Amino acid sequence: MTLSEPPERTTAGWILLGMKGIFSPPALILTTAFFGFAGLCREAGISWEEAAFMTAVVWALPAKIILVGAITAGTSLPAAAFAVGLSSLRMTPMVVALMPEMRGPKTRTSTLLFLSHFVAITAWVFAMERFDQVPRDKRTAFFGGFAATLTTVNTILVAIVFNLMGQLPALATGALAFLTPVYFFTSLYGSARDVSGKLALFCGMAALPAAHWLSPGYELLVAGIGGGLVAYFGGKLIDGRRERG
Amino acid sequence: MSDWVYSNAVPWWPYVFILLGGWLPTDMWRYLGVVSANRIDETSEAASLARTIATSLVAAVIAQLVFFPSGALAEIPTAIRVISLAAGFAAFQLSRRRILLGILAAELVIGGWALLVALA
Repeated sequence: MTLSEPPERTTAGWILLGMKGIFSPPALILTTAFFGFAGLCREAGISWEEAAFMTAVVWALPAKIILVGAITAGTSLPAAAFAVGLSSLRMTPMVVALMPEMRGPKTRTSTLLFLSHFVAITAWVFAMERFDQVPRDKRTAFFGGFAATLTTVNTILVAIVFNLMGQLPALATGALAFLTPVYFFTSLYGSARDVSGKLALFCGMAALPAAHWLSPGYELLVAGIGGGLVAYFGGKLIDGRRERG
Repeated sequence: MSDWVYSNAVPWWPYVFILLGGWLPTDMWRYLGVVSANRIDETSEAASLARTIATSLVAAVIAQLVFFPSGALAEIPTAIRVISLAAGFAAFQLSRRRILLGILAAELVIGGWALLVALA
């Protein structure tokens, strides 16, 4: 792409351009993952209204699959909220990195608080990649157009796919639900910034069966924190060896 | 609802569970990011540890779906689920990290197994 002058567009024009972003590859891949999420919700035994509500109010897909996992495992509300809170902690540094890019001289904090609800991995990557081609005073419009549309479309899709799945044989529902683990394993591996991030995928998975027997109802928390700590220090060890060797 | 677990015995409880267990512990971090944008270093060790634990938590859910699933997923044998995930990851790595190809390979394993079962 050439570094020409950004074209003149009105605020509505930038909102529309943002909305068109839902047809970009990362947004389409995310939509595939939401087909799987609808299957997962059906498996967990929650209603389609609850699945759609969850999509709209939580939005971050990892947080939602942990919440659905907690519902399936019969986890108590405080433990479920704690696990979701740990997984969503990464929202803070993501939003911190996004704010200086998105904020214009006249942007209100209330606007930023509202827009921050739509921050999740896909919208964040989309915005960080494209903001340099958007004039600063139009960035909130561009981001809102993309992110709010992405959330709305996927909320509606979850409701529709969940209901259509009633017509499918059980095996097809199972195959659809299996989209979720494959999507997350590959996308988290691909976006891991360091060795620890990659190790965490294997450690968290390896720790789950043990945690399942040791502490039923808290297995996600125990495996997540335990596996995460092992991966963090294991990653440091590997990095240290590499530096010395 | 005595143990504060999810149940739909009371119609409004699932929504309270989702709000308190999902919305609150997610949006509070987003809002914190907005109001403290100038005071947090996203490259710090603490942020890196938080990222690693978050990844491991999702990995635990992945393992739950692969090793201890319920419903229709449980009708697919454990070995097929493990092979499917491994095939997905291998295709992802071999295709220079294209997620859609990884998903396709994993679904082909499940589809192939279903076909074998139907023919047998």
